[in-house]
Formats: sequence, structure tokens, C-alpha cells
Amino acid sequence: MTDTAASRSLVIEREMPYPPEKIWRALTEGPLMEEWLMKNDFQPVVGHRFQFRATPVANWSGIIDCEVQVVEPNARLSYRWGALGTETAVTWTLTPTESGTHLRMEQSGFRPDQVANYKGANYGWQKFIGNLERVVGGMQ
Amino acid sequence: MPAAANDVFRALADPTRRAIFEELTRAGERTVHALTRHAGVSQPAVSKHLTVLKRARLVRHRRDGRETHYRAEPDALAPMVDWLDHYGAFWRDRFDRLEDLLKRMDP
Repeated sequence: MTDTAASRSLVIEREMPYPPEKIWRALTEGPLMEEWLMKNDFQPVVGHRFQFRATPVANWSGIIDCEVQVVEPNARLSYRWGALGTETAVTWTLTPTESGTHLRMEQSGFRPDQVANYKGANYGWQKFIGNLERVVGGMQ
Repeated sequence: MPAAANDVFRALADPTRRAIFEELTRAGERTVHALTRHAGVSQPAVSKHLTVLKRARLVRHRRDGRETHYRAEPDALAPMVDWLDHYGAFWRDRFDRLEDLLKRMDP
């Protein structure tokens, strides 16, 4: 988690024992993305607007509006992520290692002035996580 | 009692207030006069900003004669950390699911 005055980011990193090419497929092929993330109409094309769709809950439609910003096959993927009154960017970076891939996700651009919106939708967000478990669990 | 997250975020959404809070975090205790010199706005404006920061419990003050001294209360940032925790939990869970999927996928 990094912290600057203007905006904040969330960073999650993990070593994975798979080549970048395989992880790239899971990050960019719609049906595979649906299995671990959410339903979507993603295309790996810069400028493509798409949505992630979770089950709607009270106070939230379940829709995340996105736009592809960077596509560097097997190396970097970035999309705009608009949900619950916040506008952020999600960037995936894949770095080959001796034993596989270092995968890094950064969600950046959380600004203090967006959070009033987020808090209003907080109830929806918490239910969203709970519902997502069930939805994704049912698909497997 | 912790400040409401809304108050914290609203307080820090303003660049002048952010600068005042950062100055207090960096410099320790400061008088309103010193903060006014640093902020580049009028003293009544600084006092108003300090009131908002106080309401969010981001700063504390003490009186000493005619001067009021302020200092930062970084613990008040906790609601912001909670906010990111929600997203953190979400993505860590997604990473787990991604790993499960990769295990099942053809090489």
C-alpha cells in the first residue's frame, strides 16, 4: 500500500510457478477471466470499453465500467476501473523469473475526494464480496 | 471515539488543508501564525481549515497564552486504511482464485 497526499494505491504481488504466457491468457481471455474475476466483455484492445458484471445488490448495480489502456502481451495490462463512485486504474505487470512469473497488480488513483461516494455504497460493496463468493463458487 | 471516515476524507480532499496537515506531520507542533506563513493564505482562512481538520480529529490544539498550538493526529487516518483494506481483501481473494484456475489450466 503506498500513500501520497493526492492519491493512494493498492499493490498486491505474488510469485507464480507458471510462465507469463499462461498467466497472460488467464488475465485477458474473457471466459477465463470470468472464472476467477467476474463476467465481462473484455477484449485485449487499447481503447476498448467493457464491463465487469457482478450480481446486483442493494445500492449497487454490480457493474464496473472499464476501458483498456495498455496491452503489452505477456508483460503489461492496464484498464480504467470505474465502480462505486471511484475512478481508479488496475495495472497488471508480469515479470519472468527463474521459476515462473512475478505477478504484480496495482490499483491506483484512490483520491480522498472520491470516498464520500464510496462510503455511500459501502453496504453494497460488502455484500458484493459476499455474493461474488457464491457466484464464482457456483461456476466451478 | 474515532472520526467518521467521511469527515477524514472531506478534510483531506482540499489541497490547502492537506498541506497544513502534512506540515504538522512533518514539523510537529506549530502555531496558527507559523502555519499561516507556511500556507500562503490569510490567517482566518487557516483557522477555518484547522476547524475542519479538528472536526475530523486529524489535529489537536492547546492554548498557551494568546497563541494556539496545533499538532497532527495521524491515527485519525485509520478510516482511510480500512477503505483500502476492503479492496485489499477483494484482490487477495481474486489472486487465490487465479492461482486455482492456473492449476487447472492446460500448460
